[in-house]
Amino acid sequence: MFESIASKFSSAFSSLRAKGKISAADIDTVCSQIMTALLDSDVAVQVVDKFILDVKEKSLGALPTLQSGSNQANAIFEIVNKELVEILGGSTRRIRMAKNPPTVIMLAGLQGAGKTTLAGKLAKYFADQGDTPILVAADLQRPNAVTQLQVVGQSINVPVFAPEVGNGVGDPVTVAKAGVDHAKSKLHSVVIIDTAGRLGVDEELMKQASKVRDAVNPHEILFVVDAMIGQDAVPTAQAFLDGVGFDGVVLTKLDGDARGGAALSIASLTKRPIMFASTGEKMQDFDVFYPERMASRILGLGDVATLAEQAKKAFDSESSAKLEEKFVRGEEFTFEDFLEQLQAMSKMGNMSKLLGMLPGAGAMKKQIENFDEGEIVRSRAIVESMTPMERSNPKLLNGSRRARIARGSGRNVSDVNNLVDRFAAAQKLMKQVRTSGMPPGMPAGMNAGGIPAMPAGFGGSTKNKSNTKKKSKSGNPAKRALEEG
Amino acid sequence: MAIFTKLIARIKGNKDSFSSDWSELESELIQADLGPSLAAECIEQAKKLSTDSPQESLLQFLASKLSKRSHEMNLSKATSTILVVGVNGTGKTTSVAKLASFYKSSGKSVLLAAGDTFRAAAVEQLKTWGTRIDVPVISGQENGDPASVAFDAAKFAQTNNIEILIIDTAGRLHNKSDLMSELAKVKRVVEKTSPISEVLLVIDATTGQNGLMQAKIFAESVDVTGVILTKMDGSARGGVALAIEADLDIPIKWIGSGESESDFSPFDPDVYLKSLLS
Repeated sequence: MFESIASKFSSAFSSLRAKGKISAADIDTVCSQIMTALLDSDVAVQVVDKFILDVKEKSLGALPTLQSGSNQANAIFEIVNKELVEILGGSTRRIRMAKNPPTVIMLAGLQGAGKTTLAGKLAKYFADQGDTPILVAADLQRPNAVTQLQVVGQSINVPVFAPEVGNGVGDPVTVAKAGVDHAKSKLHSVVIIDTAGRLGVDEELMKQASKVRDAVNPHEILFVVDAMIGQDAVPTAQAFLDGVGFDGVVLTKLDGDARGGAALSIASLTKRPIMFASTGEKMQDFDVFYPERMASRILGLGDVATLAEQAKKAFDSESSAKLEEKFVRGEEFTFEDFLEQLQAMSKMGNMSKLLGMLPGAGAMKKQIENFDEGEIVRSRAIVESMTPMERSNPKLLNGSRRARIARGSGRNVSDVNNLVDRFAAAQKLMKQVRTSGMPPGMPAGMNAGGIPAMPAGFGGSTKNKSNTKKKSKSGNPAKRALEEG
Repeated sequence: MAIFTKLIARIKGNKDSFSSDWSELESELIQADLGPSLAAECIEQAKKLSTDSPQESLLQFLASKLSKRSHEMNLSKATSTILVVGVNGTGKTTSVAKLASFYKSSGKSVLLAAGDTFRAAAVEQLKTWGTRIDVPVISGQENGDPASVAFDAAKFAQTNNIEILIIDTAGRLHNKSDLMSELAKVKRVVEKTSPISEVLLVIDATTGQNGLMQAKIFAESVDVTGVILTKMDGSARGGVALAIEADLDIPIKWIGSGESESDFSPFDPDVYLKSLLS
């Protein structure tokens, strides 16, 4: 999302780096470049002014001490980075869990910000951590918002408290209160209350939201906001702050290409931390918001930490350990293993999103956007059309077997041949790795195969196990992050 | 600060005593989401016009940035089909219902197609609207192929001499190329029965500069003929729609300003432009 800010920042800084000695005038120039970049990215006017003022002051203040050093541009860069992190909310804050459960979380925001979808994602997040969440359908305004929440709840296996059908019928205050009571009696540890979307200027609905708040006394009120919002972010956030108050912010639709200046504006003006980020249509496309990572995204440094974490989440330790053992014993890498990798990959979610987190991903933007997600599905179909014997013994795959597999998976024989070839190449690579002890890095593996060719599944997990085996401190940041856990 | 500098300028008897007015207006335009470059251009060009006040010059210039294409709907066919598209959460389904209600109350026969087969309960949402405004809704299976629903509806509309068919679609972020080609397919398939009269892109007034990107890519995929600017009842002024008119030559056709079906009106340039500066 922040690509555009990122590219403008990097051009501003590369010209700064080209200077031998930085003068006050250079700082002025770089600041005005940053200013345009921020305004173009929908950061609120008043926030931009303050940001530039702070950066300028700090840079000028630091300048005398930098004269002797050779890396002045980097020092200035560091100042900007620090300032960004600070505005975005310093370090990450987690949800405050109640001493006496249930923890009550209330969602508020404009219409269409993505509250209902987010409610589901939040519930799944808690369920995955071993909590027992329940969703409360208190959006009785929008037609079928209640049904939508029920469908969402069903898909993630989380109960939904919905005594009213909605569509303008029922009182959200009563529903919210009854929901919390219900959660208490059923011993749910977390209650998530979905409320109707409302405009900042709609006093009546704002009052209703504050009534819901007073009735349930939530531990956290989260303000849900669309990453694509423009200058209106400021008045809207202010209206919600005054109307219901909120403790944290959730940014949605971060998988779009919005430059997301709203994140800066809201965090800066309300002093409330951005706690979560929602990044896709699937229920698992949701993550804790890390200000440092977002700042490095803005500055074009990539987001390796998130990538490593997602990989870890998807490749469960048990199957990785099994594979590692096999690998150490010198057994062949089979199609069975391959299939497992593919499954783990599809669990990791959107491939192009993952690739976008790599440092320097901006340069491959076009390829990444055009990454064919279907490729994983098709490869799976081919492998799944093989018999168990064929999977563990790929040498069996003669012409007639391949023709059968092609028919079974609805692909051409050439597609099957292609996959088998790629598999053989990977197998060979694994052998080399074993003998030479040089683990192929995930990013390298991805690039070598060309993005659309998708051999990433191999890289993804080989690295995982070979690293743990060797206990090496890898030079590759992605791997290092994985090792360090 | 602005007021102060203005005061100084006045006291000094500065030749261009409006200069601070101009910078204030520029800031207004940026805050209305016109974007910094369009805002700067507008101010620069408006300065050259000679009218009674900067405000007036600016309004005059802003009007010249509007698309020259017609801001009216083109519904001349026996069965006119309207395809409604946009990113998630802009108010597509509500706009579809409002459009239907608008044409129904002007005495036309209207049919709705529930092409959002993706979002949970979107079909029900449209059906609820259908009952409320008394307009029939054609729907398929959840997670079914939206193109097939649209095709069935188009066939039905033609054989039953329905005058206006409005097709709702699932919200999609414009940078998801697979979803954009799905949308192009919906249009292609419908056009096998009859050409589509209008492709309306729903833009949320709170959207910032990303709105331009949305319009650009949707226009590339499905040849957008007009914009529905929604949520104009809030504090947002929807200036990005002017940027869309200016840069992409796509006219705004409708303004949505509330949750009820009557909160919907054809685009009025004077009202819109004035609201940008308020």
